[in-house]
Amino acid sequence: MKRSWLPSLITLVVVVFLFAPLVVLVMNSFNASRFGGEWDGFTWNWYEKLWAADEVWESLAVTLKIAVSASLASMILGTLAAYALHCFRSWLQDVHQMLITVPLVMPDILMGMSLLALFVISGVETGLLTIWIAHVTFCLSFVTMVVLGRLQDFDFTLIDAARDLGATRTQSVRKVLLPLLLPGVLAGGLLAFTLSIDDYVITFFVSGPGTTTLPLRVASMMKTSRSLPVINALSTLLIGSTFLIAALSFRLQRRT
Amino acid sequence: MDGFLVIDHVSKSFGSLRAVDEVSLTVAQGEAFSLLGPSGCGKTTLLRMIAGFERPDGGRIIVGGRDITALPPEQRPVNTVFQNYALFPHLNVWENIAFGLRMSRRPREEIRSGVDRMLELVRLSEHARKRPAQLSGGQRQRVAIARALVNRPQVLLLDEPLAALDLKLRQHMLMELNAIHEQVGTTFIYVTHDQGEAMSLSDRIAVMNNGKVEQVDSPVNLYEKPRSSFVASFIGDANFFTGTVVEMQHEGYVRVSVEGLGSPLVLSNGTVSANQTLRLMVRPEKISLMLKRPPSGERVNAFRGIVEDIAYFGSHTRYRIVAGEHSILAQLQRSRFSGGDIDPVRGTEVWMTFHPDEGRVVMLEGEA
Repeated sequence: MKRSWLPSLITLVVVVFLFAPLVVLVMNSFNASRFGGEWDGFTWNWYEKLWAADEVWESLAVTLKIAVSASLASMILGTLAAYALHCFRSWLQDVHQMLITVPLVMPDILMGMSLLALFVISGVETGLLTIWIAHVTFCLSFVTMVVLGRLQDFDFTLIDAARDLGATRTQSVRKVLLPLLLPGVLAGGLLAFTLSIDDYVITFFVSGPGTTTLPLRVASMMKTSRSLPVINALSTLLIGSTFLIAALSFRLQRRT
Repeated sequence: MDGFLVIDHVSKSFGSLRAVDEVSLTVAQGEAFSLLGPSGCGKTTLLRMIAGFERPDGGRIIVGGRDITALPPEQRPVNTVFQNYALFPHLNVWENIAFGLRMSRRPREEIRSGVDRMLELVRLSEHARKRPAQLSGGQRQRVAIARALVNRPQVLLLDEPLAALDLKLRQHMLMELNAIHEQVGTTFIYVTHDQGEAMSLSDRIAVMNNGKVEQVDSPVNLYEKPRSSFVASFIGDANFFTGTVVEMQHEGYVRVSVEGLGSPLVLSNGTVSANQTLRLMVRPEKISLMLKRPPSGERVNAFRGIVEDIAYFGSHTRYRIVAGEHSILAQLQRSRFSGGDIDPVRGTEVWMTFHPDEGRVVMLEGEA
């Protein structure tokens, strides 16, 4: 059979579309030219500037703090929610299911505005805590969906078997259900982590004066062309770590 | 009622469906007992109630003199071999078998010796470190048995233990299960829909239908003396005739006029009365075939028919014979009729006879 050149072409176009911007960005981070229009020679200059930019590292620390704690919290809450959704059926659960899915489809700007409105009404001062609450709110949905998918494949006779062999209800969950759900919970947690790290819109609404996350910091740096190449350097580092995390997540998903 | 496992008027309904209906059974200690029936007959529900996964609506379940009806599964002296084995995929063979002992917090040394002994019993010692996914179907089955038996249950429940295996392996595991039962001497309760399995595995069988027990008996008695037409047709093949008693003869023999069959039949049964309508059952291998009309001295229960179909099975041959309105199944050990050397072919006219003692009166459908 004659092989068509069309699929290869389409693949090539897609790859170029996806990765060409990244390649340009990575190249510019080593480009001596400030505006990146032309190649002015190799430099580590922007990375040195980045290293010295304390406010960037401060906001990275804030971002990581929030991402780690929000993904941990959403792993716990999301697993519990998925278990409840899978094991119990009632009209209340239908409402629950809807509430869990809404943040997946709701525009970020709506969610950010409504959360801010809630915080203002309830008199909570915006800052680390409000960002964390907002992040848990949207991460929760993603973790729940991933864990729910794994629960649907879970063979519940294993729980019967554990009970039959003398395990109490709690023991059967701890010794059988949780270890088998763990890859799904971790994959959901990683997903939550990456979502939390790069959220801009929602965080923009609920952050306070003293707390700036990395995406917010980058956006404000964009306003001055002076720091553009520094952002390129930062982005290159972020791309590298994202690929690492994605690879790890992929391996976890495949393990059963 | 004495007995080791006593099921006393146990019922269970799911919605409007009465899955198990006032079932009472008594199983002796060390017995291999089967619950046999078609799917939906309630046998699995009954098993799940013994294991503790379902709570009966009424009745009691007693093991070794203790009422366990209200106990959760983890507190029952009963272990189960699940149909799909339900081995823990995240644990290796050794850890799977050790699970029960670890749950009951036995000393480390006891766990080790117990698991190793079980691995030896099911001949899996060299596979101890493998995960269930790396084992064959037969090996998984043996792990499931070892995992249950290591807890020294008073009763071992086996849910369709051979259903997931292919034919060759099934026959092998049949022997193995019998050997294991002999070795450990625990009470085994099998649930199966396969009559062959039940017959070769058990001392006694309870045949279930529509949530009720139709008959509890030894395999031989179930086959030779089925009480109902359901039991007769579920265990082995059977020819049925419906007829009316026309004459009570001497020594307990009765003459029965059968619809759609030329001559009346004679059978031995003391429990029927004159003019009673009854159902008569004859096993295919109890029927003898002859090419000529039998001599007058052997002419009891002799009737004529035309061979319609022949199926050769090597060890035996089956014939479908049309006689009047009846289609009769006969089975011969040899492929030739007595009274002639010619091979029977389709369309051959034959005579069939059976001894009056070989006909059984069974309950009509709907009779309790």
